[in-house]
Amino acid sequence: MAAARRLGKELQKMQNHMPDGISVVSADNFEIWFIDIKVLDDNPIYRDQTFRLKFHFSPHYPIEAPEVTFVITPTTPKIPMHPHIYSNGIICLDLLDRQGWSPVHNVESIAMSLQSMLTGNEKDERPPGDEDFCRRNTLRPRDINFSFHDNTV
Amino acid sequence: MDSDMNSISSEDDFLDQDSDLSLEQGDADSDFDGDEDGDMMGFESQDKIMKPGRKAYEVEFKVYSPKDIQAYQSKQVTEVSSILGQPPEATAILLRYARWNKERLIESYMDKQEEVLEAAGLSENEGNTSKIKKVKGFSCDICCEDDEDLDTFAMKCGHRYCVDCYKHYLSQKIKDEGEAARIKCPGDDCNRVVDSKSLDLLVSTDLQDSRYQELLTRTYVDDKDNLKWCPAPNCVFAVDCSVKARDLERIVPTVHCNCGHGFCFGCTLNDHQPAPCSLVKRWLKKCEDDSETANWISANTKECPRCNSTIEKNGGCNHMTCRKCRHEFCWMCMGVWSEHGTSWYNCNRFEEKSGSEARDAQAKSRQSLERYLHYYNRYANHEQSAKLDRDIYQKTERKMMSLQTTSGMSWIEVQFLEAASKALQECRQTLKWTYAFAFYLARNNQTMIFEDNQKDLEMAVENLSEMFEKPVDALSDLKVEMMDKTSYCTKRRVILLTDTAENLKAGKGNLLEASEMLELERNSYPWDE
Repeated sequence: MAAARRLGKELQKMQNHMPDGISVVSADNFEIWFIDIKVLDDNPIYRDQTFRLKFHFSPHYPIEAPEVTFVITPTTPKIPMHPHIYSNGIICLDLLDRQGWSPVHNVESIAMSLQSMLTGNEKDERPPGDEDFCRRNTLRPRDINFSFHDNTV
Repeated sequence: MDSDMNSISSEDDFLDQDSDLSLEQGDADSDFDGDEDGDMMGFESQDKIMKPGRKAYEVEFKVYSPKDIQAYQSKQVTEVSSILGQPPEATAILLRYARWNKERLIESYMDKQEEVLEAAGLSENEGNTSKIKKVKGFSCDICCEDDEDLDTFAMKCGHRYCVDCYKHYLSQKIKDEGEAARIKCPGDDCNRVVDSKSLDLLVSTDLQDSRYQELLTRTYVDDKDNLKWCPAPNCVFAVDCSVKARDLERIVPTVHCNCGHGFCFGCTLNDHQPAPCSLVKRWLKKCEDDSETANWISANTKECPRCNSTIEKNGGCNHMTCRKCRHEFCWMCMGVWSEHGTSWYNCNRFEEKSGSEARDAQAKSRQSLERYLHYYNRYANHEQSAKLDRDIYQKTERKMMSLQTTSGMSWIEVQFLEAASKALQECRQTLKWTYAFAFYLARNNQTMIFEDNQKDLEMAVENLSEMFEKPVDALSDLKVEMMDKTSYCTKRRVILLTDTAENLKAGKGNLLEASEMLELERNSYPWDE
């Protein structure tokens, strides 16, 4: 299976070297991985916090984008505040959508994109309509039609 | 039949988005110039072209099959390809990029070739050609495979991946994501569009023939303002009509697909003549909101004579005290309670002054609600009847069968029943919308004419409808009468639609001003006050 082979290679590479602030928590199968990320500078919004990402791969990975969300665990009790991250962990990022995804991206590049998305953020807030979205949304992230209108953060 | 309709010279106009549907051509006797616009040469589906003597409420349109559209696309590609000196694959991409506006594409291509190519995803990168080859020391960025004899592929952008990954990528796009016209190179941020030559190399002919072509045709129709898919379920045809969005206030462009479905080209809802799209939208929204509520309010409530709050009497005696303004009145006569004197709880004072004044006020505030309900109930009635007509249609078929056996009439001789049933359905559809339309009409002489026409049509329809209830053996004797009534119905419908369409086009319609419409809509919600 193509996904397994590729993920195997990715994991091998990541075990040799990982960028600062990014670490693999678990990658026991080729379906779900957990990755922790930290913001490296002292952005007051995220200082001293670690956030956990859940990667969900379909058998079509990397042709299809993985489903990536922030999750809450006892050691990572927070979903990062960001105007493109909903409080249920769903991320609005064109990279993770059909249109913006390229099979050349990988787990590491996604994690780095998210890390820099947090680093560059100065707004301690949720997306507009967050509460409503979290209450009503029953779709999986990949089936949501996000419109990417904001390229500033 | 106007022979100009099939003329060869007008093929270009299929593209011409700006060719106007000439409103003044609407007169039934106007001499239509077939060269004017919208003709597509070389198509066989010419059975839907304009009939001679188009009626004021009819618009010109044509119906095309997916094959027609595909053929027309390739014809245009070949043509533009020779003008631009680009291979057909690239030309197709350019045309799709320019949304099939040929003139604009050629013009801007001549002007700034580089920019256009870049924007369309065709920028040149010397030295690379799109073909499959083995590359030494290659490792695929998608699957991480690095075998020596791995087949690889790259377009002119030079982003090279193994053939398996490329194939997987393309079929995923086509099959699962429904993309065709604008599939891009798998590389991150690469704008290069995958052309048909590369597709030929990488995608099975099976997938190309079925799904890919279908998707291309779909994009083509979606890209063009003068084409729309027939909204009927499972219908494959597209309709070409040059009525523009800006004309929709004055024209109701009903078109009839080859599948038999009649719909409005403006909003793709079912035929709603004579009401224009904007009114239809308004009306549907209003009805969706509150027709049932309004009915209930009308039947079960009264308004407080002092503050007009809507009050439901859900039990108890006639002595009412308004929750809002504390006004005390009698539910029966609406008069002030204090005037009831000793005859409490037993209202027998119908003639008293205060009571009759209160009732007058009540009547007035109810008027606009009743007005709405008047039109709504008739609208809904015809809608319901139109649904029943579908049953009638099936019954008709059975009747035709039994008529053939019992009366010894031939198949052709019983066709009058089908014709009658069809006319009935059509007329009810029109009648339904005349009531929605009438809700928004101002009162003047033209409205009177409209209402007369409406009444005539309605009577004709009910007469014909009644005859369907007759037993089968009586039907053969009624044949002549039914045929007369059928053609009378159709005639009344034509008169009504022609008259309304002409007024609408001339702009001397008797429609209310937008502000008046709002007022009207608001007033018929007493609970909003």
